[in-house]
Amino acid sequence: MTNHYIDLKNSDCILIMGSNAAENHPIAFKWILRAKDRGAKIIHVDPRYTRTSARCDYHVPLRSGTDIAFLGGMIKYIIDNNLIQDEYVKYYTNASQIISPNYDFQDGLFTGFDAEKRSYNKKTWTTEKDEKGIPVRDYTLENPRCVYQMLKKHYERYTVEKVSSITGVSKENLLKVYKEYGATGAPNKAGTECYALGWTHHTTGSQIIRAMSIIQLLLGNMGVCGGGINALRGEPNVQGSTDHAILYNILPGYLKMPTGSIDTLAKYNEKYTSKSTDPQSANWYQNYPKYTVSFLKAMWGDEATPENDFGYSWLPKMDDGKHHSIMHTIDAMYAGKIKGFFAYGSNIAVSSPNSNKVRKGLQKLQWMVNVNLFDNETASFWKGPGVDPKTVDTEVFLLPASASMEKAGSQSNSGRWVQWRYRAANPPGEAMSDGTITMLIMDAIRALYREEGGACWEPILNLKWDYRNSLGRFDPLKVAKQINGHYTKDLVIEDKVTGSKEVNKKGETVPSFAKLLADGSTSCGNWLMAGSFDQKGENKMAKRGKEDPTGLGLYPDWGFAWPLNRRIIYNRASCDPQGKPYNPKMKLLEWVGDRWVGDVADGPWPPLADKEKGKFPFIMKADGVGALFGPGMVEGPFPEHYEPMEGPLTKNPLSGQLLNPAVKVFKSDLDTFANADQKYPYVCTTYSATEHWCSGFTRWQPWLLEAMPEAYVEISDKLAEKLGLKNGERVKVASIRGQVTCVAMVTKRLKPFEVEGKVIHQVGMPCNYGWFNPVETADDSVNHLTPAVGCPNTFCPEYKAFMVNVSKV
Amino acid sequence: MSQELIKLIDLSRCTACRGCQIACKQWNELPASRTKNTGSYQNPPDLQWNTWTLIRFQEHVDRSGSVKWLFRKDGCMHCTDAGCAKVCPTEALYHTEFGNVSLNVDKCIGCKACMYACPFGVPKFNAATNKIYKCDLCYTRLQGNQPPACVLSCPTGALQIGPKDTMLNKAYKRVKELGGDANVYGDKFVDGTHVVYVLPEKAEVYDNLPKDPKIPLQIIVWKEFLKPAGLMVAGAVVAGAFLHYITHGPKMPEEETTSEGGTTS
Repeated sequence: MTNHYIDLKNSDCILIMGSNAAENHPIAFKWILRAKDRGAKIIHVDPRYTRTSARCDYHVPLRSGTDIAFLGGMIKYIIDNNLIQDEYVKYYTNASQIISPNYDFQDGLFTGFDAEKRSYNKKTWTTEKDEKGIPVRDYTLENPRCVYQMLKKHYERYTVEKVSSITGVSKENLLKVYKEYGATGAPNKAGTECYALGWTHHTTGSQIIRAMSIIQLLLGNMGVCGGGINALRGEPNVQGSTDHAILYNILPGYLKMPTGSIDTLAKYNEKYTSKSTDPQSANWYQNYPKYTVSFLKAMWGDEATPENDFGYSWLPKMDDGKHHSIMHTIDAMYAGKIKGFFAYGSNIAVSSPNSNKVRKGLQKLQWMVNVNLFDNETASFWKGPGVDPKTVDTEVFLLPASASMEKAGSQSNSGRWVQWRYRAANPPGEAMSDGTITMLIMDAIRALYREEGGACWEPILNLKWDYRNSLGRFDPLKVAKQINGHYTKDLVIEDKVTGSKEVNKKGETVPSFAKLLADGSTSCGNWLMAGSFDQKGENKMAKRGKEDPTGLGLYPDWGFAWPLNRRIIYNRASCDPQGKPYNPKMKLLEWVGDRWVGDVADGPWPPLADKEKGKFPFIMKADGVGALFGPGMVEGPFPEHYEPMEGPLTKNPLSGQLLNPAVKVFKSDLDTFANADQKYPYVCTTYSATEHWCSGFTRWQPWLLEAMPEAYVEISDKLAEKLGLKNGERVKVASIRGQVTCVAMVTKRLKPFEVEGKVIHQVGMPCNYGWFNPVETADDSVNHLTPAVGCPNTFCPEYKAFMVNVSKV
Repeated sequence: MSQELIKLIDLSRCTACRGCQIACKQWNELPASRTKNTGSYQNPPDLQWNTWTLIRFQEHVDRSGSVKWLFRKDGCMHCTDAGCAKVCPTEALYHTEFGNVSLNVDKCIGCKACMYACPFGVPKFNAATNKIYKCDLCYTRLQGNQPPACVLSCPTGALQIGPKDTMLNKAYKRVKELGGDANVYGDKFVDGTHVVYVLPEKAEVYDNLPKDPKIPLQIIVWKEFLKPAGLMVAGAVVAGAFLHYITHGPKMPEEETTSEGGTTS
């Protein structure tokens, strides 16, 4: 989240779209209801009327997979009705920049598309710079090639009539939402958006979120209380998992994972260090090398020296042009290319798309290590439905793991609040924490390398690997301190101007990433976490101060919010160029005298109006401003509506390009699609029930199972009538990839849509069920139906829009 | 000073998360039943001997044709004029200092009279133990100055507990804020309940919620009139017989007399 959970109460208008917040984020919903108590409008846009809809002001049903059409219509409405926050858009976004003459968009494609490679060459996606390298700006926003005018031109096609026909949303509902949300463009009003997997689980997922970022920038809602883009993340520590880089393509702190061709530290730093000649742009990523080197020091300690590039050559690299998301890994498994697989707290046989392909892939592994609280469909894939154990050669290990309250450590919530947790109970039997298990496995690997040698021994034997406490047990506090960072030697820094001396001793924890250096004198496992300990070594993540001096719900002494305990990021944008808050009733920040007062400001520099020392507010961007034109995405600098990989239409009503042109499709015999196919006429979405956890290990918990005992498909009463189905009857749901059985839940909460003149039915199923338990269950994972295809930026699979048929069993 | 408490259920804040339903199970160590999905999120389908609170799900089409999903936390209303406590022959069901109706399960003889007496269908029978069970408002937690488990678990503040007058004031204030058909349910019958609802819709709209709950007439007639009257009459007969014995002594057999005709000896 750019903001945080408690801040939701400060909003004037909350759009919940791509999220079923009351059901999947029940605690967050408390704060949404506090906003409602203050008079805020809460709007729920979702294919289904859910428990969230029941508590919102109103529910707007839309066909799953059409969010960009909806949001594009909102962008057009905001521009056409002059609802933008004028000053904010001019000075804090790239609206005024001039797009290069060779950029164009025609009939669904941007310039630079290579149809064979299914990818774009982005060299035309740039804005013009002057001779000093500073962006050319037209603050009147009238130049026809300026970003603002080109944005307007791009969304001209997204009329209310067109959007209604694509999404199935009535014109009345579209205008109602657009008007209500658009009103937050007023400087003293803030609108926020809460999204979750309803937005990310699409082949256009990242662009949906970008479309909302554009809206938030146009309305001046970024960096203010009650505003921002608030991703409600999927489980208590998934934020921690991405912060600490459990994803294949990043290093801790969202540094980039290098590819093989970037073979020296200099090349790596050159490629990723952001450059700017504009004195008013803070260009914070100019500090990139300090974070890279400090990270390498954290990995290899004293073995990382300037002479060996701080161990850069020991860092694993990705193959150029290749990706290793879970879908790619499963594809490689199915092709027989993966020997061994670690499944840590994961049940891919239930949770990954195209279950048939996943389970057949698992059968080709030589070995698998499952680290989990329970046995499940993945650990027992070898005795699953239709599998003869005699034909499976995989050696499977199931290592029992401690649950989260059975081990100490930190958890990072969606709001970037990192909270230290103590161990509340001992794990049962032989169960151990993930940290202990990982440490013991690596200890054994290192011992083998010492005895037997082996390929690439340096990164393994040179690893800084002293994370034991005095009893010899895994010590999460030591790891946390390593992540925070420390001085690797005594370091005295003299300020020549003031004459003051800063004395840092070897081993002291660094109090801020601003102290990190690129010469090896600092070590830091994750630059974002620097400051989670203060210089005396006090664990700020363990703080539980209940004071809230601003009354805005910031609670600066509760836990540690990265970065640097900043509670709302981009907060300099909450003030005008003179440093006065746009909303005097919610003073997140204010420039008083010679400093910022309020939240931890995005840097100490004066506001923009100070021509000498003032800086633009979006300090992580090279040009310092929010991106309306965003060339960082793989499929285009402006979000564009494309239909889901499998949908009901043969033609995209908005262009000649039906599908996301950059989507990668796997070529195995099991990767089949049925677009606009009479055999699979209904749009299906999938989701989690409140009562169950992800792939459903809560099916082991009798009270939760009692409340939600079996898999179901929610179908509208109109569709049930058409198919002759009764509520509670057993049915079969099938896609071209597979089929499952479940209970039919006939409901008035789903309604058919009118899309391009046709009646399209929407159905939905929970993803929490699988064959393993309860023992008598006949129903298997809904992911037998879903396609292994996803957003080309993130490879989040398209779980939320594909085509099925529903019939009697 | 009265220690009477009211648990306020503000349905306008309920998201049907079932935290309360599960928390009750956990605190009271109630076993789960194996259930089936019969086409609803509601499970178990009704209150049971091992389910003391239940979230009811109801799809309702209002006057304007809009679909609404109504949620209601069902459970013991802890009536002041409690039919169950009235009929219980062993006083297993009894009122506490907080106004709730607690259950001393050891004293329950399984007569099921309370099941007929309750206007809300709350007490449920377990044939295996021959006893009834119901919510006791977490009496032992109240004694320890703790909220009931359900109240503690509620993430949105739909469930609150506090002194009777304070909570009634809150309820009426909330109903005024909500406007429309919102109303307070509980304070106007059975001499006032200790579980009070803020209902966003009229009471008659909700499944299984009596609009005007009363203890069944037979129970009132039996308990208020016939039984006392019968006891009085029975008492009078015993007293009368005792007095007669004291004053006239025991009844002796009469001397036989003969009349014309034969002799007796």
